Amino acid sequence: MEKIFTRTPTLTSSETHFCPGCTHGIAHRILAEAIDELGIADRTIGIPGVGCCVFLYYYIAIDTLEAPHGRAPACATGMKRAQPDKIIFNYQGDGDMAAIGTSEIIHAANRGENITVIFINNSVYGMTGGQMAPTTLLGQQTTTSPYGRNFQTEGYPIKMAEMLATLEGVAYSARVSLHKPKNVMQAKKAIIKAFEMQINQMGFSMVEILSTCNTNWRVSPIEALDVIENEMIPYFPLGVFKERTGKDFL
Amino acid sequence: MAYIKIDADRCKGCYFCIKFCPKQLIIVSDTHNKVGYFPAQFLQEKEDQCTGCKTCALMCPDTAIEVFK
Ligand SMILES: Cc1ncc(C[n+]2csc(CCOP(=O)(O)OP(=O)(O)O)c2C)c(N)n1
Ligand code: SF4
Ligand code: SF4
Ligand code: SF4
Ligand SMILES: [Mg+2]
Repeated sequence: MEKIFTRTPTLTSSETHFCPGCTHGIAHRILAEAIDELGIADRTIGIPGVGCCVFLYYYIAIDTLEAPHGRAPACATGMKRAQPDKIIFNYQGDGDMAAIGTSEIIHAANRGENITVIFINNSVYGMTGGQMAPTTLLGQQTTTSPYGRNFQTEGYPIKMAEMLATLEGVAYSARVSLHKPKNVMQAKKAIIKAFEMQINQMGFSMVEILSTCNTNWRVSPIEALDVIENEMIPYFPLGVFKERTGKDFL
Repeated sequence: MAYIKIDADRCKGCYFCIKFCPKQLIIVSDTHNKVGYFPAQFLQEKEDQCTGCKTCALMCPDTAIEVFK
């Protein structure tokens, strides 16, 4: 019998530091598979943000640059402009991208920087102990919203994929999820599509991935998949919010 | 005919593979691995029922599963 599934070459054999059942692990795997399927490993540079993704360089065998919290889009801008033949991606959490790094992401997207962003929305600051993020759902209890997020004092969960889709410089903006096999396959397709946008010099591309943080949500890994289905997707609908088909912005 | 190999020491016991295997060919092992998790275990004796659909491997966050067909 023949081996029909194994670790893709660009995913290292290192065991990850992720909590059991954390879907950051699935996101890393499909990202590495996407890189290998496109055959771009030797010219791809990754920029993980600050958060549970911070050790991306241990797990994906490509060159990486570690950016200060929230600043990955600015680093990616410099990197891509200096070396336009390289494929540059950020991998940022919601605390990193939608809180401290809001300014950087919006302006990089609006400038149409030809970079790809993998955005992990797990509705909390995972790494630092589950504090409220701009993406935290209304009523969701976190260590800094112990009575549940209240819109009167904390505003509403931010919809990054929809918001960035309104910007002229954006070529591709989609939201996917990792809570079911079918969704994992769609997520990988979206990542490949986003990289293709960059390869074809179409402009900024972003894939928002609904991901679990079972540890800080205080549920089991399997219950966390249900949280995505029953609580996150109703507020954060899946879909493609912008997909440029030609260089119509020129 | 197909089968899977689970690297028990990589497995963190999330049991996504058990939840999603359409043929229910994976169970929880009764012996713990090197870090103390009770890993997932393939039911070798039911190998003839495995279709090699790769669903288990697709959902594994720790890339602990290889599929053979
Ligand atoms: C300038 C700065 N401020 C604050 C921190 C602390 N910090 C580390 S990770 C993090 C948030 C991580 O959350 P997120 O980006 O959502 O990633 P996750 O761990 O949830 O994937 C914060 C606030 C820091 N490292 N640097
Ligand atoms: S703290 Fe949350 S996001 Fe970080 S590894 Fe654990 S489950 Fe994943
Ligand atoms: S999905 Fe992977 S880590 Fe989770 S129980 Fe199965 S083999 Fe173990
Ligand atoms: S390959 Fe498919 S049938 Fe075989 S163990 Fe995995 S999920 Fe079950
Ligand atoms: Mg987060």
